[in-house]
Amino acid sequence: MTREHAAAAPLKRTPLYEQHQALGARMVEFGGWEMPLQYSSILEEHRAVRMQAGLFDVSHMGEFQIEGPEALPFLQYLVPNDVGRLAINQALYTTLCLPTGGVIDDLLVYRLEAERYMVVVNAANIAKDLAWFQEQARRFSAVQIIDRSQETALLALQGPAAQAILQPLTPVDLAAIRYYRCLPGEVAGLACLISRTGYTGEDGFELYCEAPKAPLLWEHLLAAGKEHGLVPAGLGARDTLRLEAGYCLYGHELTEQTNPLEAGLAWTIKFEKGDFIGREALLRVREQGVARKLIGLEMLERRVPRGGYTIYDSDHDGASGSTGDNQRAIGVVTSGAPSPTLNKSIGMGYVEASRAVPEQLVQVEIGNRRLAARLVALPFYKRRK
Amino acid sequence: MASLNHPADLKYSKTDEWVRVEGDQATIGITDYAQDQLGDVVYVEIPLAPGQQLSREQKFGDIESVKATSELVAPVSGEIVQINERLKDHPELVNEQPYGEGWMLVVKLSNPAELDDLMTADQYIAYLEGR
Repeated sequence: MTREHAAAAPLKRTPLYEQHQALGARMVEFGGWEMPLQYSSILEEHRAVRMQAGLFDVSHMGEFQIEGPEALPFLQYLVPNDVGRLAINQALYTTLCLPTGGVIDDLLVYRLEAERYMVVVNAANIAKDLAWFQEQARRFSAVQIIDRSQETALLALQGPAAQAILQPLTPVDLAAIRYYRCLPGEVAGLACLISRTGYTGEDGFELYCEAPKAPLLWEHLLAAGKEHGLVPAGLGARDTLRLEAGYCLYGHELTEQTNPLEAGLAWTIKFEKGDFIGREALLRVREQGVARKLIGLEMLERRVPRGGYTIYDSDHDGASGSTGDNQRAIGVVTSGAPSPTLNKSIGMGYVEASRAVPEQLVQVEIGNRRLAARLVALPFYKRRK
Repeated sequence: MASLNHPADLKYSKTDEWVRVEGDQATIGITDYAQDQLGDVVYVEIPLAPGQQLSREQKFGDIESVKATSELVAPVSGEIVQINERLKDHPELVNEQPYGEGWMLVVKLSNPAELDDLMTADQYIAYLEGR
């Protein structure tokens, strides 16, 4: 059986820690934080988000405010995506790259005012990212970086019922907020930034508010959502939901040893916008072609592929159990889980580019056996609009 | 842990299996604590058949939950008499009834003295609290 190991440093807690305790959440360590893994069951919470709605505490995420006359040129230099195309109250997804093209983190950039931006980073990377931002900012004279992570809470209301749940609580016309847009406004009388974004593959909103107000916001949302089937949902469901939606998770699909091109994120790289950190390295990768590609896989058996498992070339019949000498390792699984929506075991992984073809049969080594799987295009799940 | 159930008439292993002894046979499953830790069980694989010998501490299968894969370890030695085939299509029985329909194996004990090395319910609860 598994055993949870106590971390060396004391774990950080979000402003909603007491709410999680009261709801009987199973807490786990995640990126230095003590976070809810599940309240009832990962499968139930996952299905609630696909069918009705779920409420996630993701206050562990980091928020940096970037402002000043040089905020835009600074951000344009730091990330491969084109921050210059953002209107006020619009967001984009991007990676943050090293000069090698390796990924430091993946993040959201919001333009809140003409010269004020908010960058949202992964919890485990807050210190690393902040140091990187500050180091790079030395080349700019008119940009200020303020870490707002401590005083900012973030709740994600996700699922097809999200708008119906949230609308009665706010004077803001939610229908007017399109995907990857945001508006400041009150929710249950509390000042929030209401953003139509998420990490589940469903419609939904992410609500940024001041940390001390988060418990009240959480209670109001849960109460308002009750008749719509809203449930609190933990990191367990967040992970299975994002996997079905084909979203990368830092530390799994994205690391400093992977580049955004092989991760299927070419759409976030705007070479034509001008210079940015990692541009030369990424141009070279684009010219030479990627050596490996992130791709989906579906097990033909019920065992679950987990991060770190080896992917092998298959015999042409693709049957499980065969271990012919002609088989070689062609890749590695980065994430895997049973998919509640597809009712089969799924995963993502990096596979040699020449082999990373949908419908290709492969084998995944699980324990001491090699079990048949089929490579598939990402995502596994796309909601009907 | 207060809401978990560890019946007094069973024996427990440090790897969180339970044993119910009836005559010279023993039924084996995983404890309420174990199923609670695992969360939703989605697959139980026991690649063995009746008639095969199982030794104490030998791995007899794998259990997959949404989050993780764990090994199933034999708490006693014996010849496999029966395997719970229902778990193939209904792995959730392990969560719902860990001591009932969620049982895994029945073995004919080959060394009943091994039972003395297992814990009572009280000892197991104390063991869980200490870890």
